[in-house]
Amino acid sequence: MDLFEDDAPGQNAPEFTVSELSGAVKRMVEGEFSHIRIRGEIGRVSWPRSGHVYLDLKDDKSVLASVIWKGVVSRLPTRPEEGLEVIATGRLTTFPGQSKYQMVIEDMRPAGVGALMAMLEARKKKLEGEGLFDPARKRPLPYLPEIIGVVTSPSGAVIRDILHRLRDRFPRKVLIWPVAVQGEKCAPEVARAIEGFNRMTPGGAMPRPDVLIVARGGGSIEDLWGFNEEIVARAAAASDIPLISAVGHETDTTLIDFVSDRRAPTPTAAAEIAVPVRTELMYALDDYAARLGRGMSRALDLRGQRLRDLSRALPRPERLVENARQRLDFASERLPSALRRNVDARRLRLSEAAGSLRPGTLRRAIQSEAQRAERLAARLAPAESRLIAARRDALNARAARLRPEALSAELSRQTTELARLTQRLSDAQKRNETQRQDRLDASARLLETLSYHRTLDRGYAVVRSDNNVITSAAAAKTAGALEIEFADGRIQIGGAAKPTKKTKDTGPSQGSLF
Amino acid sequence: MTNDTPVSELSFEAAMTELEKVVGQLENGQVPLEESIALYQRGAELKKHCEAKLKAAEEKVAQITLDGEGNPAGLKPVEGL
Repeated sequence: MDLFEDDAPGQNAPEFTVSELSGAVKRMVEGEFSHIRIRGEIGRVSWPRSGHVYLDLKDDKSVLASVIWKGVVSRLPTRPEEGLEVIATGRLTTFPGQSKYQMVIEDMRPAGVGALMAMLEARKKKLEGEGLFDPARKRPLPYLPEIIGVVTSPSGAVIRDILHRLRDRFPRKVLIWPVAVQGEKCAPEVARAIEGFNRMTPGGAMPRPDVLIVARGGGSIEDLWGFNEEIVARAAAASDIPLISAVGHETDTTLIDFVSDRRAPTPTAAAEIAVPVRTELMYALDDYAARLGRGMSRALDLRGQRLRDLSRALPRPERLVENARQRLDFASERLPSALRRNVDARRLRLSEAAGSLRPGTLRRAIQSEAQRAERLAARLAPAESRLIAARRDALNARAARLRPEALSAELSRQTTELARLTQRLSDAQKRNETQRQDRLDASARLLETLSYHRTLDRGYAVVRSDNNVITSAAAAKTAGALEIEFADGRIQIGGAAKPTKKTKDTGPSQGSLF
Repeated sequence: MTNDTPVSELSFEAAMTELEKVVGQLENGQVPLEESIALYQRGAELKKHCEAKLKAAEEKVAQITLDGEGNPAGLKPVEGL
């Protein structure tokens, strides 16, 4: 061990290329797992156009990628669908180009009936959630369809049962759309047939049926499975033509039964639901016809009887007019005298009115009116001149009141007032002047009282030099001539002035004390 | 009071239903005479129409032939079923 210390472990293992190793893995995996059986739930499924199916098989921990080649897909009893628990058989293979391995499935079937039923329940919930089972969606079936479309296997007991029962009840035109009723092809073919019938045009070469029957005989749940496929249920739900489903026996319920417009327990029952019984209808029609005739004749009889009854009750025509005739006679007898009375009365009223209507009356009235008019006309001119004179007098009276004396009196009054005011103005001015003079004198006196001259009276003096007031001894020494002002006058000392010298002399005499 | 739709355009069921109604009205006896006559005539027409539909009961069974892509290609008569 010590001898090989320097060597890294595995140093002497053989070296592979990647392809060699991948090939070795492939051989080992494909050799070891050449035939396996595996149970798992189908995960993601994809259906590319190639026809192969890629899917994941999974359990709670692991996922296994798988492929079903196209040829195998068509043989499978059930269509691979997400969520379905299955048992798949096949082999493992690797995919060296991507370092992957996958299972190639050669057969796959549901892991027991329980798995299928669980998936069916999930589908039912989903479609029910979309409202496809809603009773309001169900359309009524036509009472007597002209053409019946049957989606089923063209051979076998089912189509035979349906045709027999139709023949018994009411022979009709039947179009059979052949489909596989089990296996992988079943669901797409059935869905296609339902859609195909719906695309036909009424009255065309292939006339559109008035009702559809989708039928299949009994079988195991796996056999019937195609009718549990979603595409079938959706096609049936989308069908515009009313659809009767009849799949399996009465106890078998498939997904299409929930979306069809009627569910028939058996194919025979579907035929019974599709058409009424012809003979019964004929009886019914005969019955209606008989009742129609009876009803009509009864209506006529009733009216005939009523007519006879009424005509018996009609009174004789003579009696109807007797009364009237009598009234006529009576009235016509009274007519001439009534007319005469009426004329007399009117004539009396006329003569009363005409009596007072004479030309003289009218003339008098005219004359009196004419006189009144003349009288009024005569009064018209004097009245007018009277009115004018009255207005003129009023005018003169007002004019007379307009006199100049009043104005001149007012003028002289105003002149006097003006002179008086002028006098008052000059007096006031004079008074004002005197007052001002007095106030000036008083102020002058006050000024004199407050001035320094009064201080001079009390023995003080003001020293000036060149008209400047000297306030200190130092200033006095430097100054040339001094002027001293007393209360009674000013003197000059120093310089040329004598009195000034005198004051200087008094100074040294005081200094002799020292 | 009577329906205006021409009888020939009625389906069997509609004609049958109307006939039933007409019979009922006529039996009731409340309809004026002129209308009764019109109802009777309509009823007779309806009956004739329904009768014709019932007599025209003919069985004819055909199977759709499909092309390679599963689309309907034609019809072939079916016998012996």
